[in-house]
Amino acid sequence: MIEVTGLARRYGAAVAVADVSFRVAPGELLALVGGSGSGKTTTLKMINRLVEPDAGRVAIEGRDTATLEPHALRRSIGYVFQGVGLFPHLTVAENVSVPLRLVGWSRERIQARVSELLELVELDRPLATRFPAELSGGQQQRVGVARALAASPRVMLLDEPFGALDPLTRDRLQRSFDELRRRLGLTAVFVTHDVAEALVLADRIGVMRAGRLVQIGTPAAIAREPADDDVVRLLDTPRRQARLVAARFEAPS
Amino acid sequence: MSEQLALLPEYLSAHVRLTLLALAAGILIAVPAGILVSRVRALEGPVLGLAGVIQTIPALALLAVMVPLLSGLGLPGIGVLPAFLGLVLYSLLPILRNTVTGLNGIDRAVLEAARGVGMTESERLWQVELPLALPVVVAGIRTATAWTVGMATLSTPVGATSLGNYVFAGLQTRNSAAILTGCAAAAALALALDFLVRQMATGLGARRRGRVAFGMAGLVALAAWAWAVGGRDAGSAARPVRVGGKTFTEQYILAEVLAETVRRHTGREAQVLTGLGSTVVFDALARDEIDLYVDYTGTLWTTVMRRTSSSGSRAEALAAIRRWLLEEHGIVLAAALGFENAYCFAVRRDTADERRLRTLSDLARHAAQLTLASDYEFFSRQEWKSVERAYGLAFLERKTMDPSLLYQAIAARQVDAITAYSSDGRIAALDLVTLEDEKSAIPPYDAVVLAGPRLAREAPEVVAAVARLEGAIDPARMRALNRLVDEGGQSALAAARSFLE
Repeated sequence: MIEVTGLARRYGAAVAVADVSFRVAPGELLALVGGSGSGKTTTLKMINRLVEPDAGRVAIEGRDTATLEPHALRRSIGYVFQGVGLFPHLTVAENVSVPLRLVGWSRERIQARVSELLELVELDRPLATRFPAELSGGQQQRVGVARALAASPRVMLLDEPFGALDPLTRDRLQRSFDELRRRLGLTAVFVTHDVAEALVLADRIGVMRAGRLVQIGTPAAIAREPADDDVVRLLDTPRRQARLVAARFEAPS
Repeated sequence: MSEQLALLPEYLSAHVRLTLLALAAGILIAVPAGILVSRVRALEGPVLGLAGVIQTIPALALLAVMVPLLSGLGLPGIGVLPAFLGLVLYSLLPILRNTVTGLNGIDRAVLEAARGVGMTESERLWQVELPLALPVVVAGIRTATAWTVGMATLSTPVGATSLGNYVFAGLQTRNSAAILTGCAAAAALALALDFLVRQMATGLGARRRGRVAFGMAGLVALAAWAWAVGGRDAGSAARPVRVGGKTFTEQYILAEVLAETVRRHTGREAQVLTGLGSTVVFDALARDEIDLYVDYTGTLWTTVMRRTSSSGSRAEALAAIRRWLLEEHGIVLAAALGFENAYCFAVRRDTADERRLRTLSDLARHAAQLTLASDYEFFSRQEWKSVERAYGLAFLERKTMDPSLLYQAIAARQVDAITAYSSDGRIAALDLVTLEDEKSAIPPYDAVVLAGPRLAREAPEVVAAVARLEGAIDPARMRALNRLVDEGGQSALAAARSFLE
């Protein structure tokens, strides 16, 4: 479905991404994890050409993305990111319908589709006429997801979509997104620095460090044969934190 | 006052036309330029810098510089065009700067989202960037609106009718009713335009179609009124005879005298275009932008013909100038009015008595202890050089001020000597002593009516009508008329009518 080969990108002398290759099967969710500056976001943005690669190629459903107009490519891919990036001058309904208007849908079709989408991301109907500034962070992110799903893309790119949310909201959104993407059979690449999130949502995990893909595989496979000590430590963080938390609760006060 | 209000439709509608045209052009240039600058960052410094430099040019100078510039290009140098161009240039900076600021200030996440959902460059501009930058752009337009309305009052000296006609004429003829009418009308217009623009902008932002429509309708109605009034003027059968005038009392009166004479004896409509710069006005006549005005032989001799030699006696000067004007420009010297308005040096009676001043030679002996004030142009004119040379005049200090303030300054003892105009009513009113030019360093300054080449060719009856004024105004008469306006508080038109009656 998504096939990335030898992708590389520099910013001046700094190497952001070097020789990254992976494949994402139809219906699969690949989580790219790693610290800040590991190159995961740049890799993601090269898939829909928000960043142009210096070298390498990306193919989606067998088509080289370099042969497509960038805006046409992006219209066929859902994109959600941490900043949300809702258009502040447009209502919720208008934000969600932007991708549909870009491809020239009729008014009636758009209206029907927007109601469907709001229901899909569990947003109350009355919110449709509100402006983004009037919504909570969680509601805004749901609108962002609805907008990304509007044109029924088969591929979704998500860049730390739930990073800025409070833990309860994040948990709820993670679960509803997981349910949604399985139901719709979406192929997705999901960037996060939260290993627990990656373990919960991903079919496979790609670990990035200093612009390189260090290891890729199912959580179980990586746990079985970690590439190096850093990968061991990275994957162990959620468990280590859970043990610390448990110890707190058990300690006599 | 009612006489002033009668002029309001003409002045206000011209002001509105000028302002709206300049603003529309300013927006059409500055907004796209701002978009370009926000796209091509390398342009930001040079473009904003250039607009800033234009802004530092004093408004009046910017308008004045348009006159020779346009004339050099063979375009009409006086009238609406130079005023329009000056105003457009002036309105650019606030709109340009705010467009750039508004576009650069948009949240980067929103711009990334616009790319991420697959917008093309132009979709992003129209659907995201411009709507979000709109409030800031509109703030710039509102600033430009206030500036343009205000600055349009300065377009009178380049020959464009505006509310400035009230202000300039009022300042020269000490008519505070006229000044107040002009200022109040300009302020009201600025407020009204700002209100309408704000209605449209807030309506767009808050999606209140009613408000947008209200603001738009207001602007359209204002424009429709302004052009309807303008169209009525232009629609009258024959083109009116355009009578020019410079920026001092006598010129305002004589322009009205000429206009009334044309109306009474030819039945043709005459339009008065006063407050023109002294050098602008001759060029305007030579190019048929005006048809008639009064100039002075001395001025023509030195600043137009650029002669440094003596022009000889009054009669010799008249004959030489008449011939030169006809041969060089096809301009007809239609009448010599019968009085001179020469530059002369005047001092207070007490100064004259104390220092025994009677002639310019006497003045030269005391000049080192005295302060001299003159109008804007005298010190750069040939007469000054010639007087300076002939008498060796060297003053303690030389000041330049508006002609209308010279008399106040000498009366208030702020200066000791002024260059007065020999026909000025205030010489007698303030009991000033004029000093004799015994070496004839200052050429004769006979007031003469000049008729432009086209008028002379196509409307001999108009030339004949004004030729009736030959010798009709002696120096005492002119001083009395000037005094009616300067001291008596009458309008130039009223003074002109009292003369013709």
